Amino acid sequence: MNPITPIINGMKITFKHMFLKPVTLQYPTERPKVSQRFRGLHGLKVSHSKAKCVACYLCPTVCPAKCITVEAAEDANHDKYASVYEIDMLRCIFCGYCVEACPVDALKMTGEFELANYHRQDFIYSKERLLEK
Amino acid sequence: MGIEILGLPMMYYIAMVAKVLVAFVFVLLTVAYATYAERKIIGHMQVRLGPMRTGWHGLLQPIADGVKLFFKEEIIPSQASTFAFLVAPLIALIPAFITFAVIPFGGVIEVAGYKIPLQIAAYYDTAAGQVYDINVGVLYILAMSSLGVYGIVLAGWASNSKYSLMGGLRASAQMISYELAAGLAIISVFMLSGTLSLNKIVALQSGFGGFEWYLFKQPLAAFMFFICSLAEINRTPFDLPEAETELVSGFCTEYSSMKYAMFFMAEYANMVTVCALTTTLFLGGWNGPLTAAFPLLGPVYFIAKVYFLMFVCMWIRATLPRYRYDQLMHLGWKVFIPVALVNIVVTGIIGYFV
Repeated sequence: MNPITPIINGMKITFKHMFLKPVTLQYPTERPKVSQRFRGLHGLKVSHSKAKCVACYLCPTVCPAKCITVEAAEDANHDKYASVYEIDMLRCIFCGYCVEACPVDALKMTGEFELANYHRQDFIYSKERLLEK
Repeated sequence: MGIEILGLPMMYYIAMVAKVLVAFVFVLLTVAYATYAERKIIGHMQVRLGPMRTGWHGLLQPIADGVKLFFKEEIIPSQASTFAFLVAPLIALIPAFITFAVIPFGGVIEVAGYKIPLQIAAYYDTAAGQVYDINVGVLYILAMSSLGVYGIVLAGWASNSKYSLMGGLRASAQMISYELAAGLAIISVFMLSGTLSLNKIVALQSGFGGFEWYLFKQPLAAFMFFICSLAEINRTPFDLPEAETELVSGFCTEYSSMKYAMFFMAEYANMVTVCALTTTLFLGGWNGPLTAAFPLLGPVYFIAKVYFLMFVCMWIRATLPRYRYDQLMHLGWKVFIPVALVNIVVTGIIGYFV
């Protein structure tokens, strides 16, 4: 086959591409727009100024990575609530099964994806850190 | 008038030194910013941005790179032949820069009553009223560019590492085979010009308002010379001596710090020289419209043409993948050399009858 034509075609393509808008995202200054259904950091939903979670243990049961720790307790109104709700982000695989399993819609996944930390202990997100603001 | 050395006034020498310094510093700056331009152009061709952080749109990137390389640790492998290892980058770098000495980058300009030809190794004879330069300028360039390969081979050998050695071997084989083809390609230019002096070759292309280029008379030779030059200076798609995918980094695998930077400077300086030589031989050098009225337009045209060719080099790099070794040899020996020979014969026949 004629070896020149493909070279010229390739050169044409690269030349055209030079005038396209670059797709680069200047990350720390420019932020990506994550999709609505992005599975980032978990958030515990709040209703009437307290977490909706009823400590039913369905999320730690369904969790394939076994990263959720829940401890139930009873509050002043004799309602069941989660006194401890921890997610180990080093183990979490962000599958979203916990959100699907939740019967009271107390859990969601946010668009937050910058989860780096300096100490291993900081990756265990406690209830206070997971509550939605 | 003032001090005289060898019958020439001091001002003349000052002007000559100034010319050399300006040309050299300009080449150095071009070399530095060629790296930046290359990264930017290839970036945009791949729909990326290229360097953006250091300075406005990354404009300080070459300086940052230079400072970084300068302060890096100097590593000399314990098994290396120290002297050859240290000397190799210099042998690669110096021929790359001194080739520029014979390339005319402008006409004759007049500074303080002295006529100064814009070509480093040249002088204007007032009595004869013409410029004299090295009458075998092209041979000088070919000689220097083949000296450059010694640096690379020596680097490969002295590093005492298999990857370096393979890179050096490839470099020597590739350069020898492509130098033949490049040399044969430009012979057809000399058949037209009848001289090896670059200054005269440029003067011969000044017809038609500066557009009587040898490119139009010898398109095949121009094309072949440019491609062979790319191969000779180890640029993509012929960068087999430093093929990252196979040879880590080829001949500069064991090099670090400023010595590594020297190889890179040599590579880019070679690119500048090759583009300048192609401009001189085929694109009419500094010729262009109105150069007679405004002599300073000469360097401008020259720089524009050289930068255009450098852009083509980068464009080729952004487009083509690396050749396989046997394809490279096939292209050099079985395509370019026979075609160049045929070109010479055809040029000779046409020249005999026309």
